[in-house]
Amino acid sequence: MGVGDPLGMACSHALASGMGGMRTAGDLVGRMQMTRGMRLKEAKRHVADRLGVAVADLADPVAMHDVRRDLGLGRIPVQELTYPNEPGAIEAKFRIAEVLDVPINCVRRFAQHAGLAARAWA
Amino acid sequence: MERAVRTRLGDGSLVEMTPGEIKADLIAGSELGARRAKAPLLEDHEIDHLLDIFSSESKFSAVDLGDEVVLSFDGSGNLDSGTRVDELYSYQSHRGADMLELFGIDYSYKAIKTILSYEAQSMKTAQLNLIAPLQYGAMPDLGRYSMPDGPIPNWSELMPLGRIDEAREAQEAAVGHAVADMVFVADGMWEAGADGMDFDTAGAAGDADLLAALTAIETIKARYPDIGIELGMASECVLGMHGQLTYKGRRLAGMWPLEQMKVAQEAGATMFGPAVNVNTTKSIAWNVARACTLIKPCMAEAEIPIHPNVGMGVGGVPMTPYPPVDATSRVSRAMVDILKIDGL
Repeated sequence: MGVGDPLGMACSHALASGMGGMRTAGDLVGRMQMTRGMRLKEAKRHVADRLGVAVADLADPVAMHDVRRDLGLGRIPVQELTYPNEPGAIEAKFRIAEVLDVPINCVRRFAQHAGLAARAWA
Repeated sequence: MERAVRTRLGDGSLVEMTPGEIKADLIAGSELGARRAKAPLLEDHEIDHLLDIFSSESKFSAVDLGDEVVLSFDGSGNLDSGTRVDELYSYQSHRGADMLELFGIDYSYKAIKTILSYEAQSMKTAQLNLIAPLQYGAMPDLGRYSMPDGPIPNWSELMPLGRIDEAREAQEAAVGHAVADMVFVADGMWEAGADGMDFDTAGAAGDADLLAALTAIETIKARYPDIGIELGMASECVLGMHGQLTYKGRRLAGMWPLEQMKVAQEAGATMFGPAVNVNTTKSIAWNVARACTLIKPCMAEAEIPIHPNVGMGVGGVPMTPYPPVDATSRVSRAMVDILKIDGL
């Protein structure tokens, strides 16, 4: 907490101890903590098992770049790397809900609002 | 003669200290924390490791590969550039945020209630455009319910007059208003697709402030079992502004991080953020040793993730608008290496 304080120290913490967010699997491990209240070891193990990777791969941006592409978990579009035909934003969260087996509130609501058929995320 | 290294005080200013002086500060910080909270002292090998971290002249310090933790990044959706959603996108894409938080600049649930429809629309827009988990955050901020800002007699004015019973009644009345506002905002945010709610700096106005947050969390979690809830504290010890309030039989006044964590867990929080405020006249080594000593008892007993507060002026991070990288990175590493925390 407090990592994102304005004018503060977000980058210092991110480099010193952070998992890396969407550059890696940090957002996925974070989602298991936020929604399921899993402690770090348990959350990392859950995500690694669901992705079919080693726990050590979770904070490795090189390994996770390909895993996120293969499973459609969303990647960061930048000038030289864009992914117009891959899942992004809310689309990727549909995939994350299924892959991690975790309910995502906005995905459920999107499915309901769009009249999509009931599935794991609906 | 020992060489001196440059380190910092809690206000961020540079000072020169010898490793011997740093070690003495580490021990003194741990001893003060242990004495106040009746917690165990840091062990010798932990003091030695902290000494290695704080005696280094390097500009930056970091955890070992594989020891990375989740960063909750509360306060990430500010208006530094463009819209708040632009800023959240920037935190997600450029600053490695593992979680994100949307918030209003008037960081109080009482204020947010009046603009909830706008805030909820921003949440919906953000959820459609982001991938990282996104919570909404604000403070319980019980003081806002007292006169002249709110409808309740001001307990801070009543107490010096010796009208203690009236001051207590006023705080109890304020709790009801605060709980209603926090639940109201959570209802709106959940409908807009939020992944979670953050109750930040809980206990800032004392034990009644914390009771309001715990009561709101219990109600919200019962209503929405899949919602994430982060409870972040305002300080290491809950002030007894009321003094007699309890939560599930536990007296809130005087609680230290271990007991705070237990009531947070019991209320239904999915993440807990202990806060230890910085003494600006002491070295960051002293502050970190004290913070680690106070928080360490949580780690063995917690069933939910522990994300200590390491924003400006808490956890050992200097109290200055631009906390220096050398100090912040050492605090970050020390928390992970010593406490084996779940996140920051």
